[in-house]
Formats: sequence, C-alpha cells, structure tokens
Amino acid sequence: MANKIRVATTSLAGCFGCHMSFLDLDERLLQLAELVEFDRSPITDIEHCTNCDIGLIEGGVCNSENVHVLREFRKNCKILVAVGACAINGGLPAMRNFIPLEECLNEAYLEGIGVENPQIPSDIELPLLLDKVRPIHEVVKIDYFLPGCPPSADVFWKFLTDLLEGREPSLPYDLVHYD
Amino acid sequence: MNKTITIDGKTIPFEDGQTIMAAATAADVYIPHLCHHPELSPHGSCKLCTVKVNGRNCSACTFPAAEGQDVLNNTKEINDDRQKITQMLFVEGNHFCPSCEKTGNCQLQAVAYHLNMLDNHFPLFYPKREMDASHPDVMIDHNRCIFCTLCVRASQQHDGKDVFAISGRGINKHLIVNAQSGLLKDTDLDMNDKAAHVCPTGAILIKRTGYQVPIGQRLYDHHEIDQVSLVTENPHHGE
Amino acid sequence: MQVFIENLAASHNYQPTRLMLILRAIQDRYHYIPEPAIRQLAGLLKIPGTQIIGVIEFYSFFHLTPRGQYELLISDSITDHMLGKHNLMAYLSAKLQVAVGAVRSDGLVSLDNMSCSGLCDQGPAGLVNGYALTRLDRPRIDLITDLINQQKPLDKWPGELFQVNDNLIKSGLLLDDPIAPGDALRAAFKRGLQETLAEITQSGLRGRGGAGYTTGWKWHLCYEGPEENAFCDVDAQKQLQRYVICNADEGEPGTFKDRVLLSSYAHQVFEGMTVCAAIVGATEGFLYLRGEYLFLYDKLQAILAERRQADLLGGNILGKGIAFDIEICLGAGAYICGEESALIESLEGKMGIPRNRPPYPVTQGYLGKPTVVNNVETFMAAASIAVNGGNGFANMGTEKSKGTKILSISGDCSQPGIYEYPFGATIQTILNDCGADDVLGVQIGGPSGTFISNQELGRKLAFEDLATGGSFIIFNNSRNILDIVHNFTHFFAHESCGFCTPCRVGTSLLKQQLDKIVDGHGSAGDIVALEELCQLVKSNSHCGLGQTAANPILTTLERYPELYQSQLKKISYEPGFDLDGALETARRMAQRNDAAAHLEQIGEDHE
Repeated sequence: MANKIRVATTSLAGCFGCHMSFLDLDERLLQLAELVEFDRSPITDIEHCTNCDIGLIEGGVCNSENVHVLREFRKNCKILVAVGACAINGGLPAMRNFIPLEECLNEAYLEGIGVENPQIPSDIELPLLLDKVRPIHEVVKIDYFLPGCPPSADVFWKFLTDLLEGREPSLPYDLVHYD
Repeated sequence: MNKTITIDGKTIPFEDGQTIMAAATAADVYIPHLCHHPELSPHGSCKLCTVKVNGRNCSACTFPAAEGQDVLNNTKEINDDRQKITQMLFVEGNHFCPSCEKTGNCQLQAVAYHLNMLDNHFPLFYPKREMDASHPDVMIDHNRCIFCTLCVRASQQHDGKDVFAISGRGINKHLIVNAQSGLLKDTDLDMNDKAAHVCPTGAILIKRTGYQVPIGQRLYDHHEIDQVSLVTENPHHGE
Repeated sequence: MQVFIENLAASHNYQPTRLMLILRAIQDRYHYIPEPAIRQLAGLLKIPGTQIIGVIEFYSFFHLTPRGQYELLISDSITDHMLGKHNLMAYLSAKLQVAVGAVRSDGLVSLDNMSCSGLCDQGPAGLVNGYALTRLDRPRIDLITDLINQQKPLDKWPGELFQVNDNLIKSGLLLDDPIAPGDALRAAFKRGLQETLAEITQSGLRGRGGAGYTTGWKWHLCYEGPEENAFCDVDAQKQLQRYVICNADEGEPGTFKDRVLLSSYAHQVFEGMTVCAAIVGATEGFLYLRGEYLFLYDKLQAILAERRQADLLGGNILGKGIAFDIEICLGAGAYICGEESALIESLEGKMGIPRNRPPYPVTQGYLGKPTVVNNVETFMAAASIAVNGGNGFANMGTEKSKGTKILSISGDCSQPGIYEYPFGATIQTILNDCGADDVLGVQIGGPSGTFISNQELGRKLAFEDLATGGSFIIFNNSRNILDIVHNFTHFFAHESCGFCTPCRVGTSLLKQQLDKIVDGHGSAGDIVALEELCQLVKSNSHCGLGQTAANPILTTLERYPELYQSQLKKISYEPGFDLDGALETARRMAQRNDAAAHLEQIGEDHE
C-alpha cells in the first residue's frame, strides 16, 4: 500500500500496560503492519512525531514534560486517542491528588523512611510535577477514548480496523471495561 | 379490562398504584436506575430512570402509571442524557475502577457500560473524601458514594435500624453514620444487614471477601445490567 | 447546657417538627450546635442524631463548629454588588481583622457571605446574629467594628443600624385599600364559605409566588382531600386534619415585597390564611418566615396575639364555632425551602428537600395531610377578595392574569422599593415610574426568571408573557452582563439541595464552565458544551431550582451570543485550570524559576 496510516504512541503518567496490551495483538500486528507505520513510539525509538494520522496516548498528565509531549501529539496527530483508565480519568496516579504535593515530595525526598542525603531534586533537566494528576482531555482536545486498565488487544483491533476501514469507531458491550 | 400504558410503543399493563418503573419491570422492560430498589420505597434522586411521559420528563421510579401514558424510554436522546448523568456521578466522586473491589459487580459501572460511556466528558472534581474501616466486618469508602440512599432506606425499612443518613447540602452532600464518634464501628450495623449489601457501588464493602471472584469473571463482565436487573427484580422474568 | 436543652425541648413539647426553632435557639445561644446538644436532643425528640446533623449541615445558619459571638453575614446578591459590596467586604474584613468565611482567633466575631438578604432596596445589607443590617457603608462599618470590639450587646447598638424601611412607592388595588382586621372573615361568614370560595375562584386569582396555580382550585382540592376520602361521609370529611401554610420564605434574589407585606399588612395576610382555613376546614396554620426576616418575628407574634384577643384566631373564631391558629416557623438560610414541598419538609423538622410529586401537597402535605401552601401576597389578595368580591379583581389585569402584582424593584433606578401594578403593565411603564434610564436590561423574576434586553421593554407583566414572583432588578449600561450571570450561577450552585444528580453536580459544572469562559479560558467548543449542560440540567432536574438554574445563562446566551463569543480565544482548546499555577508548589520546593519550570497556558502550536 502506497500511503500507510501513520500512528504514534506514547505513555505519559502510565505504566506501559496499555502498550503491553497493544502488543497482545500478537499475529494481528503483522496484519496491522501492512496498513500502518509507526512514527514516534516506544516501538520505534523515534523521538518526535511528525504528521501522523493517529496518536495513541496512554497515561494521565502528572508533570510539565507530559504537557509538552501531549501538545506535540495534538499538534501532529489528526486523531488523538486517550487510551486506558489513566489517560481518561487520571487513573491510579491520580490517587495522589488527595495528598498535597508538598507532602508527597517531603515524604519521598526529605522525611520518608530510608531517605539518604535528603533534598528535593532541582536539576533543570527534570520535569516539575503538577499539583494534581489530570486526565488528558483536560489539557488538550481528545477525539476518542478507549477505556480499560488496560484496554484489551481486541479494543485496539476494533478501534483501528474501524478507522482504517472508514467506519465511525465504536465498542460493543463486551469490549467496554474500566478495569 | 386491564389498564395499560405504552413504553416505546409497546403496550404494558399496570395496576393502580404501580409506578412506571414497577409496571415496566413486571413487563420485562428495563429502565436504567441506580437509586431504585424494588423492595425499598422509591427515592427518585439519581434521575437515570428519567423517561418522557406524554412529552414531559418524569422519574419512572416515582411517577405513577396512569391510563393513556405514552412513555419514551429507550431512545437515543434519553440515553444520551442518561449517559451524561452517569458521567456526572463519575466526576463528582473518585471512581478508580481498576483499584476497586466492586469492579465487575458494580451497578454504577454496569449502567455506564450499558450506556456505552467511554469517557468522563466533564472535568473531574477529585474531592477529598475519607474511608471508614473501623467496623470489624464492613467498610465505607466515601470516594465511591453516589448518595442514592439505598443503604439509608435499607437500614430503616428492612433492618429496622437507622445506621446511615445523607447530610449536607448541594455538592457538599455526604454519607454519615449514626454514632457519636461518627464511625461505623460504633453503630449497630451488622454485616448481615441488608444495608451492608445494597450499595450499588463500592462505597460499602464487606471485609475479607475481596477478590474471591477474579476480575473478568464477575457479574457484569458477562451479563449486561438490563438483563441482570430484570432477572433479579422481576419475579416473573421471562414468563 | 443540659438544663437549657431540656427546658428548650420541653417548651416545644418534645416535638421533632419543632427542630428548626430548637436549633435556632441553640445556635443563638452557643453560636453553634455542640455535639452533646445533638445527642441530648436526639434522645429528647426521639429522632436519630443523624437527622439533626443532617438538618444542621443543610441550613446555612446552623453550624457544627463555633462561629463568632458576633456572627456577621453580608448579603451577596447582585444588587448588593452593584452597591459596592465587594469593596465594602474587603474593608470590613480588614477592619475586623477576620477573613471572609473565618472566625477571628479570639472567637469574638465571624464573617461570611450569605445569599440575598431581601433588603435589595436598602443595601448593601447583612445580618448580625440573625438581625438585619441595612445601608452598610464605611462609617457604619467603623461603628459596627467598634461596637463588636467593645462587646456591646445588640440591644445597645444604635437603632438606625437596624432600620428597615418599607419604601412603598406605588400602591394599587391591594396596597391602597387594606382591610380592617376581621372584615374578610365577617364578609366570608356572611356570604357563606363555599360562596366565598366561588368568589376567589371567579376572581381569577393565581398564586403570587411565581408558578401561578389558580388559588380557588388549590383550596378546592385541599377541601376535597385525597381521592380515597372522596367517598367518606360529610362528617368524616370534616374531621380530616388539614393545614394552611403561608410561604414567607421569599429567597429569590431581588424579592422583598413579602417583607413589606408582613411588616405593614400582616393582619390582612393572617386574615387571608384564616379565611382559607375556614373554607378548607383546617385548624392549624403556619407562617414559614425566612430566617433573614427574624426582625419581624416578635412583631408578627404580637399581631397573632392581638388576633387571638379579638377572636380572629383561636377556638371559636367570631363565635362561629370555627377553630384555627397560626404558628410561626423560622427558616435558616436555604433558598430551596421556598419550594412548597421542601418548605413542608422543613416545617416537619427535616432537611429542605423537595418531595416527589405526585402526590401534591393539596392532598398529602404537612404530616401527610391535605395542605394549602400559598404565598404571602396570595393570602393578602384572597382577604381583599373575601371583602370586596371577585369582580373588581377579575376586571383588572389581562385575560390570564387577573388583578395586580406587587413588585420589588431594585438595581439601577432612582426609587427602588415596592410597586403595585395591574397585570399587563409594560416593563417600560414600570421603568419610567421608578426612574430608570439608560437601561441595559431587566432581570424579571430573579435569577430563576428571565433577563430581558432593552429591546424588549414593551413586553408585559403577566403569566402569559413575563411572570415574576416579584423580583425586578434593573441594570444600566455600565453593568457587565457576565458579572450578573456569574453571580446568579454561583448562587444556584450554593443553593442546590443536592438531592438529584443533574442539579447537584450540574450546578457546580455550570459554575465551572461559565467561569472558564468568563475568565477568558474558553475556546470554540466551550460555549457548545455550556449550552448542552444547560439543557441537561434544565430538563432532568428534580425541581424548579435545577430546572431554572441555567436560565441566567440561557436567557443571556440567547440575547447576547456575541458577548459570550467575544470571551473566547481563537484556539481549539484551552485547559480549564491554570497550568503554570499547577507547577507552583513543585517550583517552590525545587527552588527553580528557569524557563523549563514554567508552562504556557496554551500550546505554542495554536494559531
């Protein structure tokens, strides 16, 4: 096929579980590879995405780097997809939202059990944490949502094949899960 | 001659005093609901059972059926609103399904599945809410309470107690328990009380029963809530 | 305290229905409701402690933690804002050295906002320990601060601080011609009670609270009682307990006419209630007075005592063998209690949560018995009709709106106050009379009503055109419509009872979404989202509060779409929260301020 669909993927404040689930497509990955090519993704090691058709985002937004990456994806992807519970509602990382960030940092870097050489990391190469973990739709516009922790390989398959075959993507009952 | 209403064009018999919900359930017609339970007095607060009766929105669980009612229930417009109302319930609390023991058995989640809810649509509130694990057998996770008052009503009407109540106003509503300490352990709640088992979400859980059924093999993993609801709520289901 | 609570409960016959008055007394004495008091009361009234806590947490004027010995509340109505409330509050807060929403460290004074105090024609206004303060300005605040710091008891404060004026500017059919006490009852007995009901029905009188149900019908339905009683014999029918309730919980921001009616025409209001009671067969009645009008309480009690003396209330009214008496119940800061079934719940000593309907209060109201709930003005009009017959009333007004309407006019006009007009009067006529020029628009019927622009001033005051419970707020061209909408939308979120999902969550979401746009963080999709949310809340909410909570947005969005559009950024999306602000804690703790330690609110990639 001359023009393959370009897909980029990334994980923000996530665990890469959604990516692992994507790999569960197993032999279907070969079918998919005939139709799509991967741009920026852990699969390719391309560092920045350019002119993509679909961007798949795993994880919520917990720090400044997440915001930059998310914006890069939004800028370069025609269709941006929130993949998994964390991208959709912050997920487990958002459970820190109920503890003030100051307390989190104190516990982790200053006062926690076993902390040696207590100091808050201040290297300018390190991204700063946001006070709350946010779902990605609160930072950029999102076109589609694939719930699940993680969404099953069948969810990815159904969604991508719908898009590739020109249908409005939809998930039947047995593919909708939040866990 | 039997009195009837129509729901989505289907003729449904009813008896005087029946609500639209009761008539629908008896006729194996599912109307989504969370705060309704057939054994407890109707409440009408979750608004998921909103139907259009002769053009006007009514709560099916409280509105009496009456001759000549033309009820719309399973329409795109109504289900779209129901989905948004469900999303409201999700954003006002903290519903992290992957870390909740109730997942797969949760009616809030199951209604959301049924309505094909894929996202939260609204900004999340992330309210700070507490847990109460003081009771030896039962725990409350306030993060998941949707103020349906099923536990309140079950305790009063079924268990003959007054363990639970909803306090506060507006978005500050919260579940309280009847003890000077404010802790569940100091109430007369027993783990066999209906109030301890009626919660449609994971807000009230029985201790030491967690994960006995693995995720993926739970009720709503394989059965849609419309069917489950009719099986459990209509004694004459399928007849 | 134990003795105090015991005596208090005893003085209310240990009736749980008196919970509101009991809690008021405790709050007044201790400036909060202490936990031991809750426990003791639960035992004495034989109700769960959770019900008491629920009530305390529901009403704005009750508290579980101590407030100041001087509890200051400043009215947050839009009219107070127009009179400079914002700066005044800052001044007051600095002067008293107490933050808004807080108690001063010495416990002497606490300061907070309150919803509309019903003193819009003489604001900025507020309450100190429940008593109304009017025409606040810097000299008055200086004085109040001194009085508080000297710990002067309220009864030693200068009377002018508490001076509430009627400001009755234009009177008509009702206000011109108040009845003499007893006249309506005598006329009704002379004519016959059923004949008097016929006069009231024939007058075309409709409820003056806003909804406009035909009064004669309501009374008739209450008299008939629930369906299952229809076949009782006449004597059994007469035995059935019924209630008459006067709704004086005028909480709609911008409304204050009931305050004036109760201040200067209370006899006539009580007489209307008594006529109603005689007709429907009620022996007990209530005046549900909003807590903000505490200053009227003693005066009204005195009038009730006078009426008992004159046999206009009591066991044998005017010697006709008819018994009826009236109790006064005070609200405690909850707008929702203006809704009749929420009001009934409150009278029963519960949280003011509107009931499911049907059944309606006329068949199952207070304590499950048939109950008439009418507005203050309705009872006043009914008394007048009982004296004068229904014809004169029916001859005034429009086809569907008979008689006159009493308006509370406030905002940008030279003479705010009380005005009475026959229905059908145009808005322009009213504006001319009260000295309003350079009009931008008028909020008719309060936040739950309609905002009309200066292009619609030919419209009429009438149920069939512009219905109002009495609120009439005028805005001139110096006002910002979005400020008004902001104030109203926040009001509804504050006052939502929280019973149903669409209103509980929806009013908070409306507030957030509107603020996002007003604060300049909105983008193209945000107005569509706002409108969708408005429709959702409007069509799915349980009661009138939720069903009208989106009206300020909807009525202005319809008239001024360009105003909303002009707030938007020409981008596809902007976060609804402050991104750079969200990094503040991390920045401070890492002691960084380099470029990478900041975030732009909008991505550079946007057009």
